[in-house]
Amino acid sequence: MIKEIGKYFIFLGQMLVNRETFKTYYKLVLEECIAIGIGSVFLVALVATFMGAVTTVQTAYNMVSPLVPDYVISQVVREMVILELAPTIMALIFAGKIGSSMASGLGTMRITEQIDALEVMGINSISYLVMPKIIASVLMYPLLVIVAGVCALGGGYIVGALVGFITPEDYIYGIRASFNEFTITFALIKAAVFAFLVSSISSYKGYYTQGGSLEVGIASTQAVTTSVIAILLADYSLAQILLTND
Amino acid sequence: MIKIQSITKSFDDKLVLNDISGVFEKGKPNLIIGASGTGKSVLLKCIVGLVKPDIGQVFYDGRDFYAGDNELKTEIRREMGMLFQGGALFDSKNVLDNVKFPLDVLTSMKPDEKLDRVNFCLQRVGLENVNHKMPSEISGGMKKRVGIARAIVNNPNYLFCDEPNSGLDPQTSMLIDELIQDISEDFDITTIVVTHDMNSVMGIGEKIMFIYKGERLWEGTKNDITHSGVKELDDFVFANKVMNSLRGK
Repeated sequence: MIKEIGKYFIFLGQMLVNRETFKTYYKLVLEECIAIGIGSVFLVALVATFMGAVTTVQTAYNMVSPLVPDYVISQVVREMVILELAPTIMALIFAGKIGSSMASGLGTMRITEQIDALEVMGINSISYLVMPKIIASVLMYPLLVIVAGVCALGGGYIVGALVGFITPEDYIYGIRASFNEFTITFALIKAAVFAFLVSSISSYKGYYTQGGSLEVGIASTQAVTTSVIAILLADYSLAQILLTND
Repeated sequence: MIKIQSITKSFDDKLVLNDISGVFEKGKPNLIIGASGTGKSVLLKCIVGLVKPDIGQVFYDGRDFYAGDNELKTEIRREMGMLFQGGALFDSKNVLDNVKFPLDVLTSMKPDEKLDRVNFCLQRVGLENVNHKMPSEISGGMKKRVGIARAIVNNPNYLFCDEPNSGLDPQTSMLIDELIQDISEDFDITTIVVTHDMNSVMGIGEKIMFIYKGERLWEGTKNDITHSGVKELDDFVFANKVMNSLRGK
């Protein structure tokens, strides 16, 4: 375990030595941004919309006291979406979709000697292949979290209005009432940290794949499992550090 | 010229290469031969720096690869071209982009110059009108030829070929062998070919190193391989039915 963590940090360190030109990375980062951002936006929007809708229904179901005003439903939904659902649940989906894709892509490149081909050309393969993925993830995932947040709140609005749990006016009022802007900052910090963890862990698992197609599958599964554990640990740590001192 | 000295490599407790030394000359194919699992590919990987030997040195025209810093290693590697067993073409790029890749990353050539160079190399390996095909759309032999084109596109001083004929029919194998020989002579580069194909050995084996159980047992040319007097080499050479039928003639 300790050895593995050490190897992971060495892997991250190797990314920074013997780099290629800025122009090379610029193109690669753009390509990765398109693959990660545009490629995930539909899934993120879909999941987030339903997540917001379900959260609204369940919150309304639990609000049985006539003393609690209706707009509290959307307040609760807002806090849940911004603080936890959009950054964290989406990160788990991000790990499943992008993380496994990164691990299997790099794993396939490893077993088909494409990574060796880069090394023989004198290219730092870790820097060339992994750094653009990490930069693109850290840039794009916070944007996906913003999309997820908007869609989730939108989903809650639609279901609230359609089913009649809460009027659109109350919903909007609740969303805006007693709003603490720091929660957005917190969500975006979490998003950047989770994106870094998912992309770096998945790349690490894929990069060091050994064997054949079976091992690529194993690496992909390990990438998702390890990323999920890292996300949950980081989620708790960030909440402890950033929210308790607030 | 590439010189290797006392290359020794173990994986866990298993000794894979034991004190291998030798010189690979410029302008002709240098063959490393031996049965499967004898350590040929590991030796090649030690030479190009993909696997670090436990003991030993590799000199590229006098430059000690393993004693050098990262800059020297990168400098030497940028003078290398390598054909991998499976071609190792980048799946996401078409033939043109695969061959152009070293020029894109390692040089500041203009787009027109790159295209001319890529087309020249593809023509040199006998490939035309395949520029926009993906690696999955071309045959195994074509992949090898694209791999050779990519290996020579940046004018390497050293060319390495790992089992260039594996999985190919005899006719295509012969074409690839001739191509490797012609390229080595025309561009005056140091070429090392790892193979267990006796057709290649008898075709282009101007300098041959025979590896047996991780040790260098014999060195010579195709002209004296059939009467080396080394039992293990004879067993390897005459395992081929055609070669066996010629035995004693």
